[in-house]
Amino acid sequence: MDKLDLARWQFAATSINHFFFVPVTIGLAFLTALLQTAWYRNGKPEYLRLVRFFGVLLVINIAVGVVTGLVQEFQFGMSWSAYSRLVGNIFGAPLAMEGLVAFFLESTFLGLWIFGWDKLPRGLHLATIWLVSAGSLLSALFILAANSWMQHPVGYKMVHGKPQLNDIWAVMTNPVFLWGYTHVVLDSIVTGCVVMLAVSAWQLRKGSASKEIFRHSARLSIGLLVPVLAVDMLVGSELGVIEGRYQPMKIAAAEAQWQTCQPCSFSMFQIGGGNNDHTPTQIIEIPHLLSLLATNSWNGKVVGLTPLQNQYSAKYGPGNYVPNVFVQYWAMRVMAYTASLVFLLGLWGLWLMWRRKSLANSRWFLFLATWFVIAPFLINTAGWLLTESGRQPWVVQGIMLTKNGVSPSVTTTDLWISVVGFGLIYTAIALLDAVLMVRYGRRELAPAPSEGTAEAGQQVRVPSVLY
Amino acid sequence: MTLVQFWFLLIAVVWTGFFVLEGFDLGVGMLHGVLGQDDAGRRAAINTIGPLWDGNEVWLIVAAAAMFAAFPGWYATMFSGFYLALVLLLAALIARGISFEYRGKRDTASWRRTFDGLLTGGSVLVPLLIGVALGDLLHGLPINASQEYTGSFWNLLQPYGLYTGITLVAICVVHGATFIALKSVGDLSVRGANLATRGAPVAGIVLLGWVIWTHAIAGKGVLPNPVEVIAVLALFAGAWLIHDGRQGWAFAATTVAMALTVLSIFSELYPRVMISSTSSAYNLTIHNTASPGYTLKVMTVIVAIFLPVVLAYTAWTYYVFRRRISVTDIRAHSGE
Repeated sequence: MDKLDLARWQFAATSINHFFFVPVTIGLAFLTALLQTAWYRNGKPEYLRLVRFFGVLLVINIAVGVVTGLVQEFQFGMSWSAYSRLVGNIFGAPLAMEGLVAFFLESTFLGLWIFGWDKLPRGLHLATIWLVSAGSLLSALFILAANSWMQHPVGYKMVHGKPQLNDIWAVMTNPVFLWGYTHVVLDSIVTGCVVMLAVSAWQLRKGSASKEIFRHSARLSIGLLVPVLAVDMLVGSELGVIEGRYQPMKIAAAEAQWQTCQPCSFSMFQIGGGNNDHTPTQIIEIPHLLSLLATNSWNGKVVGLTPLQNQYSAKYGPGNYVPNVFVQYWAMRVMAYTASLVFLLGLWGLWLMWRRKSLANSRWFLFLATWFVIAPFLINTAGWLLTESGRQPWVVQGIMLTKNGVSPSVTTTDLWISVVGFGLIYTAIALLDAVLMVRYGRRELAPAPSEGTAEAGQQVRVPSVLY
Repeated sequence: MTLVQFWFLLIAVVWTGFFVLEGFDLGVGMLHGVLGQDDAGRRAAINTIGPLWDGNEVWLIVAAAAMFAAFPGWYATMFSGFYLALVLLLAALIARGISFEYRGKRDTASWRRTFDGLLTGGSVLVPLLIGVALGDLLHGLPINASQEYTGSFWNLLQPYGLYTGITLVAICVVHGATFIALKSVGDLSVRGANLATRGAPVAGIVLLGWVIWTHAIAGKGVLPNPVEVIAVLALFAGAWLIHDGRQGWAFAATTVAMALTVLSIFSELYPRVMISSTSSAYNLTIHNTASPGYTLKVMTVIVAIFLPVVLAYTAWTYYVFRRRISVTDIRAHSGE
């Protein structure tokens, strides 16, 4: 492997790993804040116990999200210095805003939340978890604004062949950003819901002593999961249309569509395919569906990869401008199909809830809901592969090729050392996180702190968590 | 002051903020094993920084991101040039960060010893490596006409850089020991105070050596300037104050020493940001690495709005957690 391959593998692997933890953090912070709000309003100790229980899972996750996020912040300059030098004046700005506006908020108030149980009045303490949630959402906002600029650069002018920011408002209202950010936020809440549901289902299935209490969290997660995922899938579909407008290669590759079509059908599966096989066997073709997905119209036209390649060669000079078709085709399907399964699971859960008592007694549902904890990680990874691999060979669409962004001063040996080093560290902490999440997710619910049983509105002293 | 100068100053201030705040929690991380005699003692030491370290570390992220936005050329050359050193730094930060959260998650001695070791090692490496890097900026590194680093990992390990790293580690130790003395009670506080009393004069002498060496490199005589004199004297004053039982004032003194040391590094650099040992014509300066004016204006507005807010809630956090931590509390908490 050469320098470019190594740098790309390292960035992809560390980013994917980082994004295992981020949506869990965003989702669980939001759900924990909801639970604590419920406790604040009704004063029932079982809600406090749930807050403390899921709060531990949240904190275990945040630790890994924070430390893997450090690597993200540094490696633009480390491995992609030519890229950083060229676009730092645009791409760096939202990153700096993220640090100042979001990271300080999230970290500081997380400390206040964890250690402030017995030091802050109840209302103020509730506000701290909401500020943690706000910080995590803001962090996603700025990084998505930066990422969307790479997908669809806006708000700049070219000066001596270099892009210069001239309209920050355009960057912050980039349509790819607005839809992409909404998609990521909803997706993170879905991830949090699935994790909370899986833990609750495990506890219900094992008939833990606190069964009754975990029904609350199961109901909360199912009740939120279904509507949020429904909207999320619609938003994702619209994002596809928007990306198709600015990055037609990305969408054409997601269907392995080499020739222009109108109207276009969608294939459920294919055998073969890839950049060297233009005529894969497509199975179960649904007429008009690709037209709908890519253009929002029944008879929409999708320009094929071959004509796009010719257009790009004419515009940008000779080269191969087709992303990895195999990755695009399957990433799109893994994401969409798995999300549909999660949606069906959610509907099943709603139906069981509607039939009153049966949620806690449906062993099949509880079994499946536990194992579905894997689903959001699959969806998230596939979704980012679709977006990022679909941008290739560009690092910034139309402005810089990925191969030109890599650091000139870094050697292949340097990259081998870091790939192996980060590989080992990331594997270790991902395993550690998974083991601790499972361990703490399976724990019996801790009893309510004795003082915590006080009536709502009364000043209560809940002991703080300590390291 | 131009916007470019303002952003250099701001980045110097953010680095200073990082070393002043994270500096004491790095020191606590290094010393928790030495000062805490048993597990409860070590836990008490860690809990003095429990709610604070994560927010403190954000100063590092903001420093890097501000360099990225305001001086992309500096960020690009420095971060790619220091590649392997930064891999090591990130490993140290990761080890440290997860140790806080995961140390208490299993109740076995070997589990805790592992994370104690990672916390100590990580806490030493972080200021050492950043110190080496800052020293290298001043001393000069092989950089060519297109602002690319042309050396290898070994070029980074020059004596002056290493000594800068050691100097910062020494100040972090004293700063951290003073913080433990200030934020705990009983034996733990006494041991922190004793270590600070003995350590501060040593750190003062180390710092004086750094000042003289720095002046020798710059070729402007060995006499320290007033800022550097105050930094060195603050460490001696710190030793005296803590010996006298005035822990709050002692902590103020180590804060001053840390802040002035880091600011000295940046004022020595100015208006350069990375010195080229290949040719002074290739030096990176604030002018040939800065972002265009529009970006700096936008960022200035953001900073003007949000930095005061951040400072306000950070100060409030320190107020909320002003109470000292006692080993007895820790024992009561874990039901021993």
